[in-house]
Amino acid sequence: MGNFDKKLQKFWEMFYVNDGYTKVLTGLQNTLYIAIVGLAIGIIIGTVIAIVEVFPKYKRLPKILNSLCRFYVGMFRGTPVVVQLLVTYYVVLPLIGINMPALNVCVLVFGLNSGAYVSEIMRGGIMSVDAGQMEAGRALGLSYQVTMLKVVIPQAVKNILPTLGNELIALVKETSVVSFVGAADLYVAFNYIGTNSYEFMVPYLVMAFIYIMVVMIIALLIKTMERRLRKSDRRN
Amino acid sequence: MIDVINLKKNYGKLEVLKDITTTINQGEKIAIIGPSGSGKSTFLRCLNCMEDPTGGAIIFEGVDIANINVDINIHRRHMGMVFQQFNLFNNKTVIDNIMLSPMHIESHDLRVKKLKNFFIKIRNTFTKNKKPIYEINTTRAKIKAEAKENAMRLLKRIGLEDKANVYPSTLSGGQKQRIAIVRALAMNPKVMLFDEPTSSLDPEMVGEVLDLIKQLVNEGMTMVIVTHEMGFAKEVATRVLFMDEGKILEEDVPEEIFTNPKNARTKEFLSKVL
Repeated sequence: MGNFDKKLQKFWEMFYVNDGYTKVLTGLQNTLYIAIVGLAIGIIIGTVIAIVEVFPKYKRLPKILNSLCRFYVGMFRGTPVVVQLLVTYYVVLPLIGINMPALNVCVLVFGLNSGAYVSEIMRGGIMSVDAGQMEAGRALGLSYQVTMLKVVIPQAVKNILPTLGNELIALVKETSVVSFVGAADLYVAFNYIGTNSYEFMVPYLVMAFIYIMVVMIIALLIKTMERRLRKSDRRN
Repeated sequence: MIDVINLKKNYGKLEVLKDITTTINQGEKIAIIGPSGSGKSTFLRCLNCMEDPTGGAIIFEGVDIANINVDINIHRRHMGMVFQQFNLFNNKTVIDNIMLSPMHIESHDLRVKKLKNFFIKIRNTFTKNKKPIYEINTTRAKIKAEAKENAMRLLKRIGLEDKANVYPSTLSGGQKQRIAIVRALAMNPKVMLFDEPTSSLDPEMVGEVLDLIKQLVNEGMTMVIVTHEMGFAKEVATRVLFMDEGKILEEDVPEEIFTNPKNARTKEFLSKVL
């Protein structure tokens, strides 16, 4: 490690003096943007799918919707997110003739991908809520959907919040593959610094450190949120 | 008021209810007794279609609510139900528990009316024969205030107005069950269905719940109670149904059932529990 000082100096030159940090900031911003908006889309899709899957299936429409949802979940859980990105960016979107910036494609794909995972998490959460809650709502004359939205889902979300936090953390880390379609994330920024200073050791270490910091902050935020939601459990 | 005609309920191959036919009249207080697994809870839950009957009909105010094409939600608003496990909404405070359903239903009606008025107005500008618009004489704020006032009145009645803003997890079983009862009352039901309302309570809390039910009896509420409290059944019921193996084996006024049972199975059951 004799020349570590030199490596550090090279990195600093590229990072600060040559404005590499602006690239890092944009990269961080993109990473968080993809992860957070992706998760938001995922939660919406996941909740809808979960409701369809637990909906009583007496009639034909719920049955058809259910098999559609299962197909969707099977597709997106069955392929790696890199493959989904590549297929969407280079095959599906050109085929239907839509021209989209790479970043938005990433948000879309990560949203669809996490939707498949969140649907299973959400389904578990819904099933963990006592069936009596639904019965009580129905007995009061509320419809299935209203009871679901006003009573069951809020309790389910409280139960699954730690798992949803996991999903967000996984998303943040998975975004490191978006460079496959040319979107600029943290990895792209540090790779740029490394390539231009002919020195990769320090940039990649710093990159790892930034990922750890981001994930720790997210974990902290989720803990706080969880504590707030647990208000109805506490004796006061 | 409720006519039950040839009611059948199967879980897979297991027959829980076999051909039950009975009538519940306005103002009657019916107690259903019987051993465990005799189908009495299932029968009660079939009355408001919490369990969908496999066969037969349940005529409530002239409508067969066992028919799957009937909008059951509208009819359930007139049938209050109280559960063994209370089933208060854990994510809502006590007052929100009581207000949720009345408030939602009324503000939903308001929204639907507003939407319809909007389309009628558009239509009226283009056609000659004007359609009258729906009269709207309420607002969301007014609905909320009314629901809140009603909920507070009900809470005062059971002496729990100081618990209005706490969550159900902080309450005792007896308090929860009394709140569950007034939550059902907030819908102004025409009939109340009680599914073993005191079975999961500590013995010292049974009294306060039964007292509240007795108050309802004195007000002339029609009710159906599944219970193991024989003394209570004897005291308040106008008719007692004895059920076993999915059938009503005997139904009569309580004096007859408890002192002079005719069916052998009834005799055996009563000799064990009394």
